[in-house]
Amino acid sequence: MQIDYKKFTLSNGLRFIVHEDHSTPMAVLNVLYDVGARDEDPGKTGFAHLFEHLMFGGSVNIKDFESPLLMAGGENNAFTTNDLTNYYIQLPAENIETACWLDSDRMLSLAFSEKSLDVQRKVVCEEFKEHYINRPYGDVAFKLRELAYKKHPYRWMTIGQELSHIENAKLADVKAFFSKHYCPANAILVMAGNIRTDKALALAEKWFGHIPAGKKYIRQLPVEPEQDAARVLEVKADVPLDALYKAFHVGSRTDKSYYAMDLIGELLGGGGSSRLFQTLVKEKKLFSNIECYHFGSSDPGLLLIEGKLIKGTPMLTADQAIREELDKLSSATISEKELMKVKNKTESAILFEDMSLMNRASNLAMYELMGDVAFMNTELDKYMNVTTGEIRDLSASIFDEKNSSSLFYYSNN
Amino acid sequence: MLNRKAAPEITDAVKFQLSLPPCQKISLRNGVEVYLVDMGTVDTLMMNIVFYAGNCFETENGVAAATNFMLKSGTRSKTAYEINDFFEYYGAYLNRQSGHETAELTLHCMKKNFAELLPVVSELIVDSIFPEEELGIYKKNMQQRLQVNLRKNDFIAGRLIDSYLFGAAHPYGKFHSMEDYAALNVQEIKDFYNRYYLGGRCIIFIAGPLPSGIRDLAEKNFGNLPLHGPGKPDLATAAILPAKEKKYRVSNDPDSVQGAIRIARNFPNRHHPDFQKMQVLNNIFGGFFGSRLMTNIREDKGYTYGIHSYLANLIQESTLMISTEAGKDVSESTISEVYLEMKRLCEEPVTDEELKTSKNFMIGTLLGDLDGPFQVAGRWKSLVLNGLTEAYFYSGIETIKNIQPAALQELANKYLNAPDFYELVVF
Repeated sequence: MQIDYKKFTLSNGLRFIVHEDHSTPMAVLNVLYDVGARDEDPGKTGFAHLFEHLMFGGSVNIKDFESPLLMAGGENNAFTTNDLTNYYIQLPAENIETACWLDSDRMLSLAFSEKSLDVQRKVVCEEFKEHYINRPYGDVAFKLRELAYKKHPYRWMTIGQELSHIENAKLADVKAFFSKHYCPANAILVMAGNIRTDKALALAEKWFGHIPAGKKYIRQLPVEPEQDAARVLEVKADVPLDALYKAFHVGSRTDKSYYAMDLIGELLGGGGSSRLFQTLVKEKKLFSNIECYHFGSSDPGLLLIEGKLIKGTPMLTADQAIREELDKLSSATISEKELMKVKNKTESAILFEDMSLMNRASNLAMYELMGDVAFMNTELDKYMNVTTGEIRDLSASIFDEKNSSSLFYYSNN
Repeated sequence: MLNRKAAPEITDAVKFQLSLPPCQKISLRNGVEVYLVDMGTVDTLMMNIVFYAGNCFETENGVAAATNFMLKSGTRSKTAYEINDFFEYYGAYLNRQSGHETAELTLHCMKKNFAELLPVVSELIVDSIFPEEELGIYKKNMQQRLQVNLRKNDFIAGRLIDSYLFGAAHPYGKFHSMEDYAALNVQEIKDFYNRYYLGGRCIIFIAGPLPSGIRDLAEKNFGNLPLHGPGKPDLATAAILPAKEKKYRVSNDPDSVQGAIRIARNFPNRHHPDFQKMQVLNNIFGGFFGSRLMTNIREDKGYTYGIHSYLANLIQESTLMISTEAGKDVSESTISEVYLEMKRLCEEPVTDEELKTSKNFMIGTLLGDLDGPFQVAGRWKSLVLNGLTEAYFYSGIETIKNIQPAALQELANKYLNAPDFYELVVF
């Protein structure tokens, strides 16, 4: 399915994309800022995400962000990743100007209130506890990142490396972060839904076009050196079952190998007929569940495998069994039918994702961030062009033992 | 010069004319009712087959859920792997879901593959064989999953509160133990399948831009099965036996840093005249991000990442539930603040401004919720399963648009009294 859009540059340089869809009564305003946890100071991790919370604490001219939006029948939210921060509002299309007013004011400047910082520090600490401390295996992602990355800032989590980094955040840090990252030069604006392009453009110019452009942030992140030996970390924790995690370095989202890598993840761990599930859960009964996934990160990322062992399975037996499956992909060519299966799954997943106006709006912004919004419409072709030979060769290079980080997570009861 | 202090003009969402897009009902020759929602611009379809085969029909704990799960575990001509491989080859998702009254099979697929997929969906319904080995894997894996979940305070809290509200023997209040999984056997699963699937009652919902031959397709694949239309399913009306004691503090994990909190009361089902009004009051109380609970307990005090209240989606009887996870040291303060917010709603009428905001928000989000065929089918399903008609949808909208502060205050005094609530912290 082709997604129609028009792309503009506002007078201050802000990139602006409009997507018309007159089958819906709704409209979406999506603002993406090109800043994520990878842009943080190693001593102040978790800041990009904490900052996202502060974006709801009032802006320079509007004390209360939430109430006027509710009054306009709107809802909104935001998310932060290691790569980017994305804000979205959905509301009845008639009231799209309210969204423009609210989001342009917080791009202009925040209220910077001590009270808001104080409360959101606590809220984020509770979020940290809820998701990562008060939960069995909650520390795995932290340990795995630290094992796989030695230099690149992907070595810490979006939520932050430790609670103290969040607890110590100062208002001065908040202001500095805002002026460095939150400006038109570092943002992408999308308006989508039941709105005409000319009207959308006029609204965007009216509310966003005069905000000072700010300085384009030029990212200079340390490059992760190529891994030259297998890494293993053993952990004992108060959990009911042994678990095994493996991470392999892969290319970035914009690397030409991305599509084959994504399909390899599907072949291994996507659903009930995937290779790892069928062999290790169903046939060999070594794991009670096993998954394979990646984050599609902007810088070179990780392909991860994780599973919980059936009680009584030795860790090394489980590890060896995974290794055998990976070796099969690296040494033998898969059938055309199996490749077609994961391509069909991808085609279907893209279609289902595109059903939501909100997804279309944020995806348009993300493809623009990747380099060009036009990529959104050529994505499927790139998957369809992947060959069985590429799958085999890329598997061989990803699943090289030297490229692996394994976390053996033992139950101590 | 742009005045950034002044909000732009808005259209009040309450002025919108909302309508529930139509649904066409057809009956197959075996009496099975099929509801068709024909809309949407993306070539994807959803088919939801709802069986009256939930846990209120089982005699042994866990049989309904196991039967539902194992519908993809093999037929006379296909192994579990072949079934999964078949659906996944077409990029289709066939999910199972087991609830209290009903258990469902849901197919999401691309429109172009729909006709090829239906015969196999039909095969699973009438030709499943429940292999011993597959049951063994299911039991083991579910037990392991349960072991992990039992370490989560939030999971424990969710189970316990329902058992207090309904009694541990009621379908809404009972839960699975390690022993329940161990005791499952193929014979009782086959018996359950024969009675509640093969010879059971079901309703089908299909949504999306429907193919032109949809009626014939439905008739061909499902009209000849030994299924029945819904008739009057004899839903279990087990006695609800709420616990006498109302306050609980349960220690689950000595190292935990947060308490999982539930504060809840029994509440009538959707047929009660207060239900829709309560949805408006609940929205203000704890139903969304700008609610009183969220504003006070998260946005002012920072005790939690999130706190919500809701009316549970249950058929026989509902509950009003407040749910959160809060720092261990502030769990008790969080509970006090929840009661304080109830008291405020009882003692002071909500302001016109707050009510208007809430009404606009509810209508605006409802407009968004109706945006898409699957969402619309979901609305119809809820009406059908609860024995309601379209009129209920429209009376809900009228309630939102017209309710006044005095009525909400009266409702608060009727339903938001602290002594009526069960209270639980798992830490």
